[in-house]
Amino acid sequence: MGLEAEIPVLTTTVEKMVQWARRSSIWPVTFGLACCAIEMMAMSCSRYDVARFGAEVFRGSPRQSDLMIVAGRLSRKMAPALRRIYDQMPEPKWVISMGACASIGGVFDNYALVQGVDQIVPVDVYVPGCPPRPESLIYGIVQLQRKIDQQKLA
Amino acid sequence: MTVNMGPQHPSTHGVLRLVLELDGETVRSCAPTIGYLHTGIEKTAEQKKWQQVIPLVERMDYLSAQSNSLAFCLSVEKLLGLQIPERVTSIRLLIAELQRINSHLVWLGTHGMEVGAVSVMLYCFRERELLLNINEMLAGFRLFPSYMRVGGLREDLPRGFHAAVTAFLDRFGPKLDEYEDLLTKNEIYLKRTRGVGVVSRDDAVALSLVGPIARSAGVDYDVRKYFPYLGYDTYEFTVPIETAGDVYARYKVRVAEMRESAKICRQALQRISPAGAYAVDDPRITPPPKDRVYTEMEALIQHFLIYSQGFTVPRGEAYVPVEGPRGEQGYYVVSDGTNRPWRVKSRAPSLLACQALERLIVGGLIADVIAVIGSIDVVMGDVDR
Amino acid sequence: MDASALIASLQDAVPGAQFEAASSIDLQTTIYAPRDAVAESARALRDRPELAFTLLAELTAVDFWPTEPRFELVYILVSIVHRARIRVKVRLNADAARVATVSGVWPAANWLEREVWDLYGIVFDGHPDPRRLLMPEDWEGYPLRKDYPVQIRKTPEYSQPLQVTADEFRQNVERDRLTRR
Repeated sequence: MGLEAEIPVLTTTVEKMVQWARRSSIWPVTFGLACCAIEMMAMSCSRYDVARFGAEVFRGSPRQSDLMIVAGRLSRKMAPALRRIYDQMPEPKWVISMGACASIGGVFDNYALVQGVDQIVPVDVYVPGCPPRPESLIYGIVQLQRKIDQQKLA
Repeated sequence: MTVNMGPQHPSTHGVLRLVLELDGETVRSCAPTIGYLHTGIEKTAEQKKWQQVIPLVERMDYLSAQSNSLAFCLSVEKLLGLQIPERVTSIRLLIAELQRINSHLVWLGTHGMEVGAVSVMLYCFRERELLLNINEMLAGFRLFPSYMRVGGLREDLPRGFHAAVTAFLDRFGPKLDEYEDLLTKNEIYLKRTRGVGVVSRDDAVALSLVGPIARSAGVDYDVRKYFPYLGYDTYEFTVPIETAGDVYARYKVRVAEMRESAKICRQALQRISPAGAYAVDDPRITPPPKDRVYTEMEALIQHFLIYSQGFTVPRGEAYVPVEGPRGEQGYYVVSDGTNRPWRVKSRAPSLLACQALERLIVGGLIADVIAVIGSIDVVMGDVDR
Repeated sequence: MDASALIASLQDAVPGAQFEAASSIDLQTTIYAPRDAVAESARALRDRPELAFTLLAELTAVDFWPTEPRFELVYILVSIVHRARIRVKVRLNADAARVATVSGVWPAANWLEREVWDLYGIVFDGHPDPRRLLMPEDWEGYPLRKDYPVQIRKTPEYSQPLQVTADEFRQNVERDRLTRR
């Protein structure tokens, strides 16, 4: 970025501005399924405040959000609902798969669970843990921000 | 008009689906659909060894995790016929009561947020962080420590445990008064919760509602007083009862229960010595301490046998319930004499509370649906297992 | 409550049935009830004043495949006035896995029996709402039976394809064309 000496003007590229805007205000949709949702709620509370990373509010409606944090175990019965919520989100959208159950089925290798949410929706960041500490999830969000920084516009 | 409060909704405490038929704002009928979190834990538990079932069982009711593992351990120990040392029972009781405070804090936070008092959530989760620090001190993990084992505990209490718990209890009493100040006499809260979601005394028994829901309707049933376990009959505490049966009564019962739990915790803390026995002295069940495993051959063999093939439990079945934060919680365990369980069935208080939801919200307004679901404190992990 | 007192009281209420006491490691009063007497026994257990088991704590089943009798239905009942808890078990054969419902006696049994039907395939005659509870409605098989595998390798369905016949498709297009001006 170039800085003119007299006139207070900053020059940059459109791409950088868009990337900065996108990564600094990621608003998640509430998709807490099970135990990981409790750690996600703890992450949004005062000790591990996630609002300082841009996730100011957890929107209730998918149509107003950019990020879906799939927090918890996904059962076969719930899979169509997950896909529907993902389809309702407007572009650009990202998915964080939080916890072992969402990433790969976790401890439960049985008939009832989908062994990994990436069979249903495309995932950008996987956060391991059972449940992951709130700091791990914040690290996952920071990694997502770095990923967004590298996404080209065209 | 039919409205679908679908499985994903910010206010349904997990994945519960309600298909409501509305007449204006009044709910005419409601059909709850569950099963969106069914994890097949009971089937998976039949493939694991006895000690390996404990992490599975903790993840059923994820807010009262250590009450779950306590109930499972008590049932299996009944089958094995073990005599647990008194220090261990006192520690287990302390942890169970701390878990009750933990679960009720989450309930208060989320219920307050749904009714509109958003700051209550931030305060309650802040207190909860201190309890999670205590969990982390015990076994290194915040939510699911797996600290309770068949035969006792995983290892001895860490240094600084007494100080940490005393500090929490000293801080908790005045803070709870502060949070009560926000809600108990608040006009808006009273208007939203008085007379809403009323359950009568006979209905509560017919629908098998237990725990704070039943006690708010006047049913005096508490497993700690009726069928005492872990030596609860030697502690001094009262069980709060209300008679109104509405959301406000449940709020009062739970807040009073938190105070009683703090009282019990103080009594338990005096009975626990800082160091001593942490498990029953049975070589088939309790692994030897690590310093002996590294130096003695017999201890190494014992450690290997316990962790590779586990211990066998005699044939039979057992059901020892505990009073969890949501009511009577227990595991009906059937053993066929091998080192794996034959059947593990969890008695889920939230399942029956969910069934009663139909009766509680029909006839009320749609805004009351949120308050009622919050007040019955369902955990979908427990409902669907 | 003693097993013999319980059986005497039940025998008095349901004369034709054969109740047996069962031994149990956890010293819980356990009796076996015959399949045909479940409805009357339930009513007696709830209504007789010396029994008064008004709270149904648990209703579950155990599958003992491949031994016969295959299923065992377990009812755990609590009496608040008498401070007692008992277990009542009903043995069922694989080819006769039907029993009368108790949801008229304890309304809490409604969902508990639906769950047993869903996971074990035991039919409850007279149940007001016999549908699956936990599994999806179109699921085939009874997952908690011992001959059902733990893991089935099946791709998850995440959308329901819209299926119409050719005629319906044409009618939809026509209707759409007529309503849009």
